[in-house]
Amino acid sequence: MIPFLAQAQDPMTRAELIADDPLWLILLKAVVILLLGPILTIFLIVWERKAVGRMQNRPGPNRVGPGGYLQSLADALKLPFKEQVIPETADRKVYFLAPVIAAVPALIGLAAIPFGPEVTIFGERTALQLIELPVSVLLVLAGASIGVYGIVLAGWSSGSPYPLLGGLRSAAQVISYEIAMGLAIVSVVLYAQSLATSAIVDAQQSGWYFYLLFPSFLIYLISMVGETNRAPFDLPEAESELVGGFHTEYSSMKFAMFFLAEYVNMVIVSAFATTLFLGGYLFPFVGADSPLNQGWLPVLWFFAKMFVLLFGFIWLRGTLPRFRYDQFMKLGWKVLVPAALVWVVMIAAIRAIRNDGNVSTGQILVIGGIVIVVIVLLSLLLPEKKVPDEDSVPVTGGGYPVPPLNLKVPETTPRRKALQAKAKAARKQEPAALASTKEGSNHGDV
Amino acid sequence: MVPYLAQAGAEATVSTGEAVAFWILGPLTLLGALGMIFARNAVHSALWLVLTMLSLGMLYLIQNAPFLGFTQIIVYTGAIMMLFLFVLMLVGRESSDSVVEVLRGQRLAAAVLGVGVAGVLAGALTRAVADVTPAQPLNPWTAEGGGAGGLGRMIFSDYLFPFELTSALLITAGMGAMVLAFTERHSKAGKRSQRELVEARFRGEYERPSPKPGPGVFATANSVATPALLPDGSVAPESLSELIESTSAAKLDTARKQVAGEASTPDAHALVGPDKEGETAE
Repeated sequence: MIPFLAQAQDPMTRAELIADDPLWLILLKAVVILLLGPILTIFLIVWERKAVGRMQNRPGPNRVGPGGYLQSLADALKLPFKEQVIPETADRKVYFLAPVIAAVPALIGLAAIPFGPEVTIFGERTALQLIELPVSVLLVLAGASIGVYGIVLAGWSSGSPYPLLGGLRSAAQVISYEIAMGLAIVSVVLYAQSLATSAIVDAQQSGWYFYLLFPSFLIYLISMVGETNRAPFDLPEAESELVGGFHTEYSSMKFAMFFLAEYVNMVIVSAFATTLFLGGYLFPFVGADSPLNQGWLPVLWFFAKMFVLLFGFIWLRGTLPRFRYDQFMKLGWKVLVPAALVWVVMIAAIRAIRNDGNVSTGQILVIGGIVIVVIVLLSLLLPEKKVPDEDSVPVTGGGYPVPPLNLKVPETTPRRKALQAKAKAARKQEPAALASTKEGSNHGDV
Repeated sequence: MVPYLAQAGAEATVSTGEAVAFWILGPLTLLGALGMIFARNAVHSALWLVLTMLSLGMLYLIQNAPFLGFTQIIVYTGAIMMLFLFVLMLVGRESSDSVVEVLRGQRLAAAVLGVGVAGVLAGALTRAVADVTPAQPLNPWTAEGGGAGGLGRMIFSDYLFPFELTSALLITAGMGAMVLAFTERHSKAGKRSQRELVEARFRGEYERPSPKPGPGVFATANSVATPALLPDGSVAPESLSELIESTSAAKLDTARKQVAGEASTPDAHALVGPDKEGETAE
């Protein structure tokens, strides 16, 4: 307790500052964060439709409001008033519960994201973050893992095969990609030496983690697309295979809640990536004392970075075709997870050596170089290729039996050779006029 | 931070907020546990258990153990219960529990062990209520107060051997499950890959290297009912469908003529094509 009491004499830390908020400020922040999700969803839908429209050489929505930008607002007003269709075979209680379970955890996740540094709101000093926990990173992950229940239960309770398949796919997909995502976050936590989001942002003042920990960033980016069920990984709602996937049987407001959950999840993973890898609310190349990193300006930097990532989502959807399910699982388990594990071990080793203090960067590089050379030399020892079995039929060209590429086509067949020899012999014996007619008939036969 | 400071010096007591949270979460936990036992549907049962796990996680959070609380939510609620649900869904929603006792003496053993567990729990609870001094509130921001750093240090120093033992056990279980689940598919008699199938076909293990001809391959129609004709005009038997009655052989005269190359070529000046198969038959 003593170090902890001594800490209180220092200027207030961020956590103390947030804990010190009066009730009205907490409520204000909570309402803003709660509204942020739906507002960004409405904007994102219309932005996505217009951006994808541009990519496909068509205008996109252009009727409602200036430039068509109010289209999703109109859709959002219309959806709750549509008829609710509930399937006869549905498990009604779970069917009603599923959209709520999908949407609520999604809205909670934004609470742990630091949107900006210390500011003054109506004369009250506070930090732009709703809650600050020593483990805020886990709060976001927990929200994501609860949110899957919504999708899985929606698929099961609809009582028809396509939603069930969508729900099963989704469960497998999110669990697999959460592992890769968690492992990508581990290296960030090891580098920042904290699980608190604001501490991770502060630790990035000397350099953003997206280039310091590039493999982690790459793995996170891929797994965040998988985690949010977005194209090219939108297998749970693949319309060409599963009609609408888990939400096939949903309509009206309940369908709108699934939509809300999907887009808020996109916002959360993007905000989380901004916090973990892109320096959060920090402006690049200037210290935390710079006026660019004080007051309300950093909120702008935060949202700019987040929108770049969100545009990445839209861009992916406009560009890439959907993965096949087994390829997708192979990517997750055989590429991302092992790569993340190896990388975490490397990071842990580097941190352990660095913390030791006796080793310089030059020595690390030399040892690393030696290790790489040894690995390359060892890889040369591996046998080149598996020798095929003795009685196997040689197969070329994509697994189908086709003639080898260097096949020599004989110019003459034995039969034709024999016929030609016979004709030659006959020509010697018979008169010239007769021989020519016989040769012609022979050629006709061949 | 301020609430911790207020509590740190004083006697450890239960604050109002903690009491309110407990009296909301405690009954919810109990409700979830009871619901799990009494629910008829297996998936509903699993969902009640999820409620219990979530409430427990919340209780840990309230008691200044955020790392433990979120780990509870992520691991138990997020991963383990999701796997349960996954299996239950694959089993199907209409399947009900079998009441046949598979293991001999299962019920007796369960009853004895259940009474034993109840006794242990009752004993522990009595002690907890009777004589336990309340612990000082922890400060989760420090490694000593239940932070992730302190926990990690303990796992990898004092408790390294039990930790490694547990991981070895889990890996063994995982490997065992995989071996049991995949033997059938990957044994010699199992499913052949595309390449193995091709090679087996060419080695002569099947009646022909190519797939069987579809109906209507050499004929003039692509209907399933139209059988394939061999070059001599006879019907290829393997192209006949077992399920659908084929077109009667009498209707195949035109097709036979076409296969034999005797059909009349279309008149270049005519506005209509040659006679259709059906028209000649009628």
